[in-house]
Amino acid sequence: MEFDFSDEQREIQATARDFLAARFKPERVRELAQSESPYDDAIWNEMCDLGWPGIALPEEHGGQGLGVVELVILLEQTGYALAPSPLISNAFAGTVIAAAGSDEQQRRWLPGIASGEERGAAEFTNDPGPLVGAAAGSAVLVLAEGDGAKLVPTDEAALERIELIDATRAYFIARAEGGDPLPGDIAPAVDAGMVGLAAESVGVAQRALEMAISYAKEREQFGRPIGAYQAVSHRLADMLWDVEEARSLTYYAAWCADAQPESLPLAASMAKARASDSATSVTHNAIQTLGGIGFTWEHDVHFFLKRARVSAQLMGSAGQHRERVAALAGL
Amino acid sequence: MDLTLTPEEQAFRDEVRAWIADNHPGPAPGGGDQAQFEFERAWQRKLHAAGWAGISWPKEYGGRGATLIEQSIFGEELARAKAPRPANVLGLVMGGPVVIAHGTEEQKERFLEPILSAEEIWCQGFSEPESGSDLASLKTKAVKENGGFRITGQKVWTTFAHEAKWCMLVARTDPDAAKHKGLTYFLMDMEQDEIEVRPLRQITGEAEFNELFIEGAYVPDENVVGGVGNGWMVAITTLMNERAGLGASAALGLANALDELIALAKERGRADDPLIRDKVARLKIGIEGLRLGAMRSLTATMKVGTPGPEGSIAKLQWSSTNQALTELALEVGGLGALRSDSLWAYRFLRSRANSIEGGTSDVLRNIVAERVLGLPKLR
Repeated sequence: MEFDFSDEQREIQATARDFLAARFKPERVRELAQSESPYDDAIWNEMCDLGWPGIALPEEHGGQGLGVVELVILLEQTGYALAPSPLISNAFAGTVIAAAGSDEQQRRWLPGIASGEERGAAEFTNDPGPLVGAAAGSAVLVLAEGDGAKLVPTDEAALERIELIDATRAYFIARAEGGDPLPGDIAPAVDAGMVGLAAESVGVAQRALEMAISYAKEREQFGRPIGAYQAVSHRLADMLWDVEEARSLTYYAAWCADAQPESLPLAASMAKARASDSATSVTHNAIQTLGGIGFTWEHDVHFFLKRARVSAQLMGSAGQHRERVAALAGL
Repeated sequence: MDLTLTPEEQAFRDEVRAWIADNHPGPAPGGGDQAQFEFERAWQRKLHAAGWAGISWPKEYGGRGATLIEQSIFGEELARAKAPRPANVLGLVMGGPVVIAHGTEEQKERFLEPILSAEEIWCQGFSEPESGSDLASLKTKAVKENGGFRITGQKVWTTFAHEAKWCMLVARTDPDAAKHKGLTYFLMDMEQDEIEVRPLRQITGEAEFNELFIEGAYVPDENVVGGVGNGWMVAITTLMNERAGLGASAALGLANALDELIALAKERGRADDPLIRDKVARLKIGIEGLRLGAMRSLTATMKVGTPGPEGSIAKLQWSSTNQALTELALEVGGLGALRSDSLWAYRFLRSRANSIEGGTSDVLRNIVAERVLGLPKLR
């Protein structure tokens, strides 16, 4: 038994952290979030050079042949950097096609998704309509249909941009008649997608926690740093609890996706429920710790809160996932 | 990352599981009385005869020298089989490891074997009425007297004091030294007239703990552990051992209890209630979070010697989950669960201590804030 990353995985993590910190400095994230499209093509091309879009896709289709664990390592870091990026949408589309697509569908779409040159984007939720992230600029959409999914070339779909409070991603309602149904079972890929979102939320929560800690160390009131007061320090301790518990559950679910698929449905819903709640709660508490400055547009923390809140609503809310957990736990 | 057991770990688990299946003494008599204690003593003798009693102790001291992962597997298997606890749990988990770490060769020779065999039961004399979380403020005095010390003071929350032969006692040997520096760690013989043990009846109605009134009890010099004035450092070792004892087996105990709660919800026709379902799912997630955090800690400890930040929250996770679980059982069970002879009522009442014993949740949050998050100290 070893519940830790391998040296190679640590390498991926360190590379991602350094790369994203350099490319997505807070000023740049703010600039992107306030622009027409939040995605930076030059940075995406660099991510493609690093092999990230196809990290978990099979080598025969141009991917790196690694697993959901490695994908989750990247997504935790994109969450930490609050990187506006099509990475998660593209990875989700690739995972679904790889799991449920026919040979022909895989041959047609996976190489472009793996290289990042012909991106895919998959539906996150159907409320208020088929909602897809990073649809503009993608080549193919994976839209839900019944219990399965269908493929629609993006230029055959009607895209409507929907402005959500999270401006660090572009969201679209995508409607399309027809389409090419995927013959296989999409359930494991959908579960893996939830784990990806959970990982991103863990990263978001970690960053918000760090912001709150450093402020609590510096900010003085009544003659001492506010972090010395237990009303503040105990809240921060509970935030660490939130982050670490969500992280344990998320890493475990990622491992299940790769190595123990029979445990994935329960593990994925536990991770998604806990990570959604953790990220919303930790960002709320970060704002409370920051006080007035945390409520201003000028401070970055609100971007994290908004991402956490929207991600918590994608692919099932925490309450919906707990219902699934209860059923799978035998109730 | 591989969360399955290696073939060696699996073989170890199978060995443990088979041994427990062959040797499980059946359900405990319960009631917390003498019969219960003798039952636990007999169980420990069995464990010891097969070499399981001091699983974490080095082989040279009669233990098994098991790795951390083996200890964790062993604890999980005991929890899975709902095996009784061994009678001398404080000696095994705290007393023995302290003597091994800080004791003289003579002390190791004298004290270790009877701990393993449960021939001599150990209790812990740390807390005092005026010194709980602020343990270093304790006032029990140890005054030098020909070849030993005379001890006077009062201790509280002393589990097994009425059964114990030895008490791990921390007392003040230097009233003029700074508060952490004037303390000494003693092994005090409980069989003396100068010690009065009074049962301390608790919220559940039973008396699991005791108060000790010590009026000039004698401890010879050879029963000082770690040297005069080093009591704080030695005591910290004991407390660290207490906290390291949590983890995977605690999660398994909770998982067993959750299964019982799910059965209760079905029996009571509450299985479809969305509020109950949501709370059960929260518990399931909390228990799994504790189990997985324990596995991360275990890996980190084996690799680098200390657990990561996830290890610092294990006790908080366990106590709050157990409290929430027993509260939900009362809601599901209705007044039937509140009958004075109900097991759920007992568990609920007992769980109130979970966030106090072994480090209060308030102090644990201070520790997380200061040592893990690096926040400034209040004091």
